[in-house]
Order: sequence, then structure tokens, then C-alpha cells
Amino acid sequence: MSTELFFQYIAAGLTYGFIYAIVAIGFNIIYNTTGIINFAQGEFVMLGSMTAITLNAFMPLPLAILLSVLITMIVGAIMEMLFFRWLESPTVLRMIIITIGLSIIIREIALAIWGENVRALPYFTGNEVTSVSIFGAHISPQVLWVIGICSIVVVALQMFFKFTRYGRQMRACAANREAARLCGINAKNMVTLSFVLSAGIGALAGCVVSPITYSQYNMGVPLAIKGFTVAILGGLGNSMAAVAGGLVLGILESFSVWIMPSAYKDAISIAILLLILFFRPGGLFGRKEELALKEF
Amino acid sequence: MAEPLLKVEGLSKSFGGLEAVKDVSFEVPRGSIKALIGPNGAGKTTLFNLISGNIRPDRGTVLFDGKEIQKLKTHRIASCGIARTFQHIQLFAGMTVLENVMVGLHTHLHAGFFSAMMRLPSSRKEEKKAKEEAMSILESLDIAELAYKEATSLAYGQQRIVELARALAQRPKLLLLDEPAAGLNIRETAEMGRLIERIRESGITVFIVEHDMSLVMKISDEIMVLSYGEKIAEGRPLEIQKDPEVIKVYLGEEEV
Repeated sequence: MSTELFFQYIAAGLTYGFIYAIVAIGFNIIYNTTGIINFAQGEFVMLGSMTAITLNAFMPLPLAILLSVLITMIVGAIMEMLFFRWLESPTVLRMIIITIGLSIIIREIALAIWGENVRALPYFTGNEVTSVSIFGAHISPQVLWVIGICSIVVVALQMFFKFTRYGRQMRACAANREAARLCGINAKNMVTLSFVLSAGIGALAGCVVSPITYSQYNMGVPLAIKGFTVAILGGLGNSMAAVAGGLVLGILESFSVWIMPSAYKDAISIAILLLILFFRPGGLFGRKEELALKEF
Repeated sequence: MAEPLLKVEGLSKSFGGLEAVKDVSFEVPRGSIKALIGPNGAGKTTLFNLISGNIRPDRGTVLFDGKEIQKLKTHRIASCGIARTFQHIQLFAGMTVLENVMVGLHTHLHAGFFSAMMRLPSSRKEEKKAKEEAMSILESLDIAELAYKEATSLAYGQQRIVELARALAQRPKLLLLDEPAAGLNIRETAEMGRLIERIRESGITVFIVEHDMSLVMKISDEIMVLSYGEKIAEGRPLEIQKDPEVIKVYLGEEEV
């Protein structure tokens, strides 16, 4: 393999890898506060990119993206308040099934609003033929946007959890909800906040990736599967491991095209998901003792 | 006499057929150390849980600082000024000692969500102040050097102190201590006793469940005895030691 081609694959792998990582972090944030997998996570990504595309007809791109992220965050908040907040000690399974139902509803609403058309946001800089040369590989500037913005999101989230009182409260709730309540933390608000955050980062990921992958009402499903694989690969609840997991999956997928037909690309993530679930259900970085404490 | 800080009236709670707490009434005077003792399964922890709000009473009222709190949500009760520690230590895993204590402080922070998100100067200043306050609490408990260690990785006795630090960070009026000396050795227990007395001197009322009789007799102003969910005695340590009923159900077995 030539060096150019190698870096071409790496760049493509990193692009998808970061998107998977962001979706996986979205899963993790909600998992940490509620113990559930939010199967509507992919729909946040779809909503974010579709809304931005519509808004972009009326306003400049940065504003459209900002507004669509805010709208998706509000959708996340409404979703939590309408369907989860009032449940009295619901089982994990019940909540998961609600998220599956919600993902179908959101998808159908999106179909009614936007139809089946495939759309895309314009490239943030340049157009589809613009490329920058890195180590001889020709890389679309949008790839750099994806990698850049996703890295910023990851770092900003880490800062949020580490250095703000809301971040600490969320971690406290994740670690021990009862003790957190007794410290005066409103645990229900923290759950709402986790939906808002997940929706926001999902929407942002949907916007940055839209020019490359295009957007459609059902784009969330494959992303949710990949994101879920990555979250499991890293170990549920561990956001930094999700980044590592995302990059591993992205790069594996990207290089798989070299040895087998690209139609099998998606099979890779499913195969990894199954292997991990069979052999290391705690994830690559998970510990056995931790796993024993998890409900799901 | 001044109004008591905590006044419990006719409190009852059953779990299925078991009456864990039966029609219990008592008061905790301001600035006192009151102890709750009784054999295992007497309902002591249940009574604590009823006061701190993680379980709801079937009947009865809990008046805290003149206000009925038994119907409030758990986190509201905590923000009224009741902090507690647990029989089985409940620290936040994956967080440092300092972070654990800062979580305790949070009801006294005011920065709004967006200013905290954006790390605006006002919230950054508050964050800095919170950190300093948390540090000063750790210093006052002589565990400042543990600030950046992961809380759940510490030795058992140290974890107890961290839990106490977190509760103190809530700046409570009433501190509920559920078996603070459990699992501590003699030296650590004596240290804990001195600590509790110091906490009371700082103006915090203390209500404590404890099995270690020497500790209870030494530090408490008043003792209340619970047996099978019922209050069987209440009084000064010396009276309790002589109470025939208490000796029968409790002290006799424990050979104190």
C-alpha cells in the first residue's frame, strides 16, 4: 500500500471514528445517569443535521448549526420530561423500550416533514472537490472540520464533567444516586440535563458530518448501531474509552475496504459488537468488578 | 425553653407486615449531641432514613426548624440543612476526595447553568471559592493531603472522614451520623468522638446512631433507646445506663 493511500484510509477512518465516538459518548452520558441505552441517540444526530439543512436556507451556516443544536437540545429535554421524568422507579427494560418507540416516532415525524430526499449541508469551507494535501493524501477540508470539532467536543465535555458544578453533580448521580440526593442534588434534573447534553452533541456531530455522508430521515439507525458498538467496545459509561473505541472501529472499517468489498463494511461493526458481547461484555477497558455492579 | 431543632411526632413505618418504626416521638434540642441506640434490627437506620427522606413515613410528622419536612423530596430536605453519613460508606466512586466534598458544597453555589458551561468569570470565581472552602474543610479534618486521591481507594477509616467532610460541606444545621465508628479501631474511634464534639462546638446539632457504647456514653447529652421499632427509654447517659428496661433488652446482652 502506498503512503498516500494509507493516509487516505487513516483520514477516512478518523472521520467516521470521531462521529461514532460522539454518538457513543451520547449513549454513555445518558447511560451514566439512568442506566439505560437511549436507542433514539441516532435520531438526535439526524434531527440536528436535517434541521440545520432546513435553517440554512434562511440564514448563514454557523447560525443554522447553532440553532439546530439548540432545537435538538430542547427536543431532548422535552423527550425526557414527557416520557421519563414522571415514571416512578421504572425498570431499565421499560425505559429502553420507550427509547426504541421514541426513535421510531421521531423517524416517522422526520419522514413526514422532510420526505425521503437525501440532503446535505454545504461544505464548511470549499466544496466537494476541494482538497488539502497531507502526507501526499488528498483530504477534504471537511474531514479536518469533523476531526477538529469532534475533538473540541470531547475535550469540552471532559472539562465540563471535571471543572463545573453541574458536571460534578452529574458524575455524583452516576456514581451513587441516593447519596447524591442526600447531598441536595435534584437527580431528576440531572437526568434531563443528560438528555439535553446527549442531544446537543449528537446534533453537532450530525451537522459536521452531513456534507460528507449526506443526511436523510433514517440516517440515525446505522449511526446508532455503530455508536452502540463503540460504546460497548470501550465499556459502557466510559467516555474516553468510547473515543478510543470509535477511532479503532472507524479505522478498521476504513482499511477493511482494502481487503474486502466495501459492501461488507457494516458487517465489521456488527461482528465486533457480537465478539465483544460474547467474550468481553465489560468492553476492552472494562473491569470485571465494575461489570458486576451494572444493571444492564 | 427554645424550640428544638428536630421534633418528630408519631412517626411510623411498616415494610409489609413488619412494623419497623412504631409511633416514635422525640426531640433533638439545638446544639446537642443526641444518640440513638438499640439492638440490631431495632429500626434505627429506618428512623434515620425517614428523617433524611429516602423513605416516606406511613404516619407522623417530622418538624425541622419549625417546618414540616416529611413530605418534601429527598434533595429538598438536604437543602433545608440536614446532612448525613451512612452505615455503609456511600462515597462517589471515580471522583477525588476534593470533588466528593465539593459535591456536598453545591447547594451553596449559585452560578447558573450557562455561565457554568461557558466558564464565565463569575462562575470561575465561585468554582475557585468552592475549591478553597472544600480544602479548608479537609484541612480542619486533617486530611488535606488526600484531596486529590480517588475517594473510594482510601483506607476505610479515611473514607469515613471523607464522608463526614462531604456532609459538613453542606453546612448543615443537623448532622445525622449512622454508625460513624463502625469498622474503626479504638484509636480511630476516640478520634471520631473528639471530631464529633468539635462539630457540635461549631454549632451543628448532631444526631447519632452508634453501637460503640463507650463512645455514646462519653459524647452524648441525651440518649434514646429503640427496641423493635418502639422507643423504650430516653434520657441522660447515666439514667439510661441504670434504666432496668434498657438493661433488659440491650445493655444486659452487651455487657456494658
